[in-house]
Amino acid sequence: MSKRATREGYGDALLEIGDDKKIVVLDSDLSNSTRTCVFKKKYPLRFFNCGIAEGNMISTAAGLSSAGKVVFASSFAMFAAGRAFEQIRNSVAHPNLNVKICASHAGISVGEDGGSHQCNEDIGIMRTIPNMTIVSPSDYYEAKFLIKSSAYIDGPFYIRLGRLAVDNIFNDSYNFNLGKGILLEDGKDVTIIATGLTVFFALEARKILRQDGISAKVINIHTIKPIDKEIIIKSSEETGAVVTVEEHNIIGGLGSAVSEILCEENPILMKRIGIQDLFGISGKPTELFKIYEINADSIVKYTKILLKINLNVFNKLEDFP
Amino acid sequence: MNQEKLKFLKETAKDVRKKILLEIYSAQSGHPGGSLSCADVLTFLYMEVLNIDSQNPLDPFRDRFVLSKGHASSALYAILSIKNFLPQHILKDFRQCSSILQGHPDMKRTPGVDMSTGSLGQGVSAANGIALAGKIDKMDFRVYVLIGDGELQEGQVWEAAMFASHYKLDNITYIIDLNGLQIDGKTEEIMNISPIEQKFASFGFKTIEIDAHDFLEIETGLNQVKLIKKKPTVVIAKSIKGKGVSFMENNPNWHGTAPNSEQFEKAIRELEEKYV
Ligand SMILES: Cc1ncc(C[n+]2csc(CCOP(=O)(O)OP(=O)(O)O)c2C)c(N)n1
Ligand SMILES: [Mg+2]
Repeated sequence: MSKRATREGYGDALLEIGDDKKIVVLDSDLSNSTRTCVFKKKYPLRFFNCGIAEGNMISTAAGLSSAGKVVFASSFAMFAAGRAFEQIRNSVAHPNLNVKICASHAGISVGEDGGSHQCNEDIGIMRTIPNMTIVSPSDYYEAKFLIKSSAYIDGPFYIRLGRLAVDNIFNDSYNFNLGKGILLEDGKDVTIIATGLTVFFALEARKILRQDGISAKVINIHTIKPIDKEIIIKSSEETGAVVTVEEHNIIGGLGSAVSEILCEENPILMKRIGIQDLFGISGKPTELFKIYEINADSIVKYTKILLKINLNVFNKLEDFP
Repeated sequence: MNQEKLKFLKETAKDVRKKILLEIYSAQSGHPGGSLSCADVLTFLYMEVLNIDSQNPLDPFRDRFVLSKGHASSALYAILSIKNFLPQHILKDFRQCSSILQGHPDMKRTPGVDMSTGSLGQGVSAANGIALAGKIDKMDFRVYVLIGDGELQEGQVWEAAMFASHYKLDNITYIIDLNGLQIDGKTEEIMNISPIEQKFASFGFKTIEIDAHDFLEIETGLNQVKLIKKKPTVVIAKSIKGKGVSFMENNPNWHGTAPNSEQFEKAIRELEEKYV
């Protein structure tokens, strides 16, 4: 099973829908990294490099879309959601324009570039903007499919993509709908809700938990907003405990979104796994996952704590934070 | 500049270049092109210009250097290690989990780093802020900020330029690393930024143009800036991206790619044998 990055799915999606003359692609000097370069190569007349000027790129995208274009605009998550936040809010979202912001290099899996480039805040920032749809695909195939779908749904999208090549969960027959969570594995003791590359970690954790007699449901939330309340409430009722996993600050991200729903609808035992309100550091992605406790082992560990089962299986109790 | 000093500066710059390559090769990650292009300017600044002391890296009276093009961190760490702000043996830990040498400069982790940078454009405004504080406190330290030519595309750079001029920050010097390349290709083709000299002049800057790889010109240029009163200065330093390693020179593919072992050895050999 070869690994591929979700940003590769973006490039390939653009190629598959690129014949549509309405589509215009913008980038800001990162076209090789974001993979818009493949669109540029095939459709040079509908690709525009805006230079290192993300704010300008986003408002330009708004103008293009007001004139009937479907605009894909790309940079790193840090500079798209970060630098251009206010342009996204006022030029794109407020007038509800058809701009798809495809932001790559999200999260700590950026690795060596370090804290200045690891955006763990983008979901939180984007979630507060009305009209915004937020998509966080878990693998190449999901990214490709959902990005293609987004082209035919009116309105602003923020699509969160990764740098790191990750394991495939799906295949070319992927056919799920935006806005609907996916039940990947059923279970009765706990629901693990994940997004992005952590969905694979959740599936791995489920296998480990099963060996210890814990049966976990795994749900993939690829659309963070509008979120699929139904599947979250239903599965929480069925299992009685929920763990969320994301490569994002637990403040503002998937964990927050799920807590907001469950607090109102079905208050329940919950644990949010993700960046614990910290900045990232330079290092190899797998080492960072370990340090920041975002991997299968951490999911297993915190699920067990949550379920108060076998606390001493892994470590002494006082080792737990 | 006498021959002896010139020779010393060239040797030091060569050492900086070798250290840059070592860091990036060890990390298998980093930005060789833009680090090599500013190696001579950084060498001159740290050896001849900046009033700094490795024993007192937070001295409030010190001159400041802001690497606004923070991706050239490997060049900054190289010269800081030569100036004894950092032990040389940690250069090989560049960009690793346990290291104080982050991918982009981090003022809270690395001694000698005056401002955290990495998001292009922001270092310029931050440097203005340091210069403004110097004015408020009537201190006579100077601030130097190194800006990429692609970085000039960020609107924030021009907001900062307007600010420096408006507040007559004659204690700040902008240095533009004019290597003509950014990530996606030539600045000229991606988003033309010229005429740079006229742009800064019209923003109220004293402008000085130099060859970024000629120590005599660097010296003349940087000596001049101290004489300019009531306005900020920009030194436009024409450089070659990847300078010193033939196969990296003027090639945008070496913006953010690490050399493999063969390329690394070849580059070091070239620097040792051919580079003067
Ligand atoms: C705000 C922001 N946008 C994008 C980037 C990604 N990026 C890093 S370096 C670079 C190109 C810089 O080109 P230039 O300023 O000419 O630097 P140099 O040629 O000296 O390496 C880009 C786009 C960034 N670091 N910050
Ligand atoms: Mg450049």
